[in-house]
Amino acid sequence: MPDLRRAATDSGDPAHFSSYDVAVVGGGVAGLSVAWRTARRGMSVVVVDPSPGSGATHASAGMLAPVSEVTYTEEPLLRLGLASLAMWPRFRDDLEGESGIALDYRSDGTLDVGYGADDMAHLEDLASFEESIGLRVERLTGRQCRSLEPMLSPAVRGGLLARDDAWVNPRLLVRALLAALAKAGGALVDERAEGLAADGDRVTGVRLASGEVVEAGAVVVAAGSWSPALVPGLPVRPVKGQILRLRGPEGFLTRCVRGLVHGAAAYLVPRGDGEITLGATMEEMGFDGRVTAGAVYELLRDARELVPGVTELELAETTVGFRPGTPDNLPLVGPLGPPGLLAATGHYRGGVLLAPITAETVAGLLTGDAGLFEDPVPQVMRACDPGRFTPGRLSP
Amino acid sequence: MTMVDMPDDVLSLGGEKFTSRLIMGTGGAPSLDVLDQALEESGTEITTVAMRRLDPVARGSVLDVLRRRGIKVLPNTAGCFTAGEAVLTARLAREALETNWVKLEVIADERTLLPDPIETFDAAERLVADGFVVLPYIGDDPALARRLEQAGCAAVMPLGAPIGSGLGIRNPHNIELIVEAAEVPVILDAGIGTASDAALAMELGCDAVLLASAVTRAQRPDLMAAAMRAAVTAGRTARLAGRIPMKRYAEASSPARQG
Repeated sequence: MPDLRRAATDSGDPAHFSSYDVAVVGGGVAGLSVAWRTARRGMSVVVVDPSPGSGATHASAGMLAPVSEVTYTEEPLLRLGLASLAMWPRFRDDLEGESGIALDYRSDGTLDVGYGADDMAHLEDLASFEESIGLRVERLTGRQCRSLEPMLSPAVRGGLLARDDAWVNPRLLVRALLAALAKAGGALVDERAEGLAADGDRVTGVRLASGEVVEAGAVVVAAGSWSPALVPGLPVRPVKGQILRLRGPEGFLTRCVRGLVHGAAAYLVPRGDGEITLGATMEEMGFDGRVTAGAVYELLRDARELVPGVTELELAETTVGFRPGTPDNLPLVGPLGPPGLLAATGHYRGGVLLAPITAETVAGLLTGDAGLFEDPVPQVMRACDPGRFTPGRLSP
Repeated sequence: MTMVDMPDDVLSLGGEKFTSRLIMGTGGAPSLDVLDQALEESGTEITTVAMRRLDPVARGSVLDVLRRRGIKVLPNTAGCFTAGEAVLTARLAREALETNWVKLEVIADERTLLPDPIETFDAAERLVADGFVVLPYIGDDPALARRLEQAGCAAVMPLGAPIGSGLGIRNPHNIELIVEAAEVPVILDAGIGTASDAALAMELGCDAVLLASAVTRAQRPDLMAAAMRAAVTAGRTARLAGRIPMKRYAEASSPARQG
């Protein structure tokens, strides 16, 4: 990890932080992306996080899969995801170029498979819905599925191929963002933010656990599930996810494989180094960091139904993460009300997918320059205005 | 409905009174907002939540939605396979939610999610003895329903079809037999796919309907919730009105001679 802390304290007294244009609280994929894109536009930026990339991003599978994750009632989220997915190739090129770190970005699509008649009926329902809203999806027979992915169980009856879905390794993404941020002149304060500093209504910085204040012209809250600790009343809650990482031979799978196993959804995401991420539970358990026997059992059981060979792989890691969920599953991106305070949080299951559009939107709002967009806040992003929940009622 | 005088038609359950006869479940809702809208449209006064993947004190979760709406929370023991687990789960729920009501659900296998009658009965006896208001989920078995009533359950909740199947009421005759014999409320639980299923349950004489997936997994959960509310009301009203007997041949609606 590049030593960004030193950049923050170069001014001399290590206990005193200079003033920045922008302080971003939270060094997950949302906060780091915002910081990097804002720093690239010439602003002085500091990220406050005791351990960047260790929250939801660390657990994430890194799927960029708006098509295969589509559900009824969530078309605004789909449109947002598609817009961000379209921005990903350029985001990746810039990031890989500036950081020198490859993200293991892969764009071979998602294969969504089914077993029994019930699962197939569900997939057909999904395909009809996807087509009705103009998405591209292909129906495959069981044999076609298995010719694409020979490790699939012979019991697979058929599937849907979403060719436009992609994925990255979120841990490489964090490393690359930290490196690119350092290169763009960004700083890191590896301490915990305790609260916001304010002068009357105006937010003037971030108060650290040590009592010191990092002064900034604007503060972006990107603390995921922990955001309400900084902005009381922010409607973000932790949605616990348990996720496994297996290790095996490279090429064991070549695409993201999802499946319904007797009604329960499971997915396997292969990496270039042979790792396979296997997920994930969705639990309303608050900040419960325990890995449970039942979750590990059920994830492996369902994955084995899809891909029988997984039980021969090494079980390399069991992880718990807390997705920052909002009441409507859309993120909170934009001004929070008090001058100088913005949000880039609440990305729930889509932090990695939505990083480019979030970063570009917030950088545009901070610099007053819409950049890639025609408007400072692109149309698809307007549904994410934090004011939709508590208009004018948030205070530092 | 406004023209009809139906003043005292309230559901008495566990010593409390309710005007809505539609009990909702929360499973399968894509977001809290969608669930919230569906609950509003349903007009429900009781909603059941699975205790096994829920922290009752976690802020901003489904329980907050229910509390905000003043909906009674009915904890359930979904996911339990043994009487022991179910009793433990019910006790944890009582402590956490400060309610002695429990929807008792002990399943026999994961493929069908059918209730295990023996474990359910065992758990029901223990929970009744422990002071719980027990609402057991059971197969459409009139004999078991009677035994659970005798054991002190506050209601019986026979299935129409397996959980989440949307197959409707597969054995209306058994539901009628359960209704005929029961002195406690009969709540049709599981299998409802669409509004006509809910209406049928009420026409058969059930006192209430419990459903989740039919609404939460619908393309428009809010609309389906409104449909279910209307269906339960329609079915209940038809039951009270008394239907005409079915006949083999036509009978003129305006006969020349009236008998």
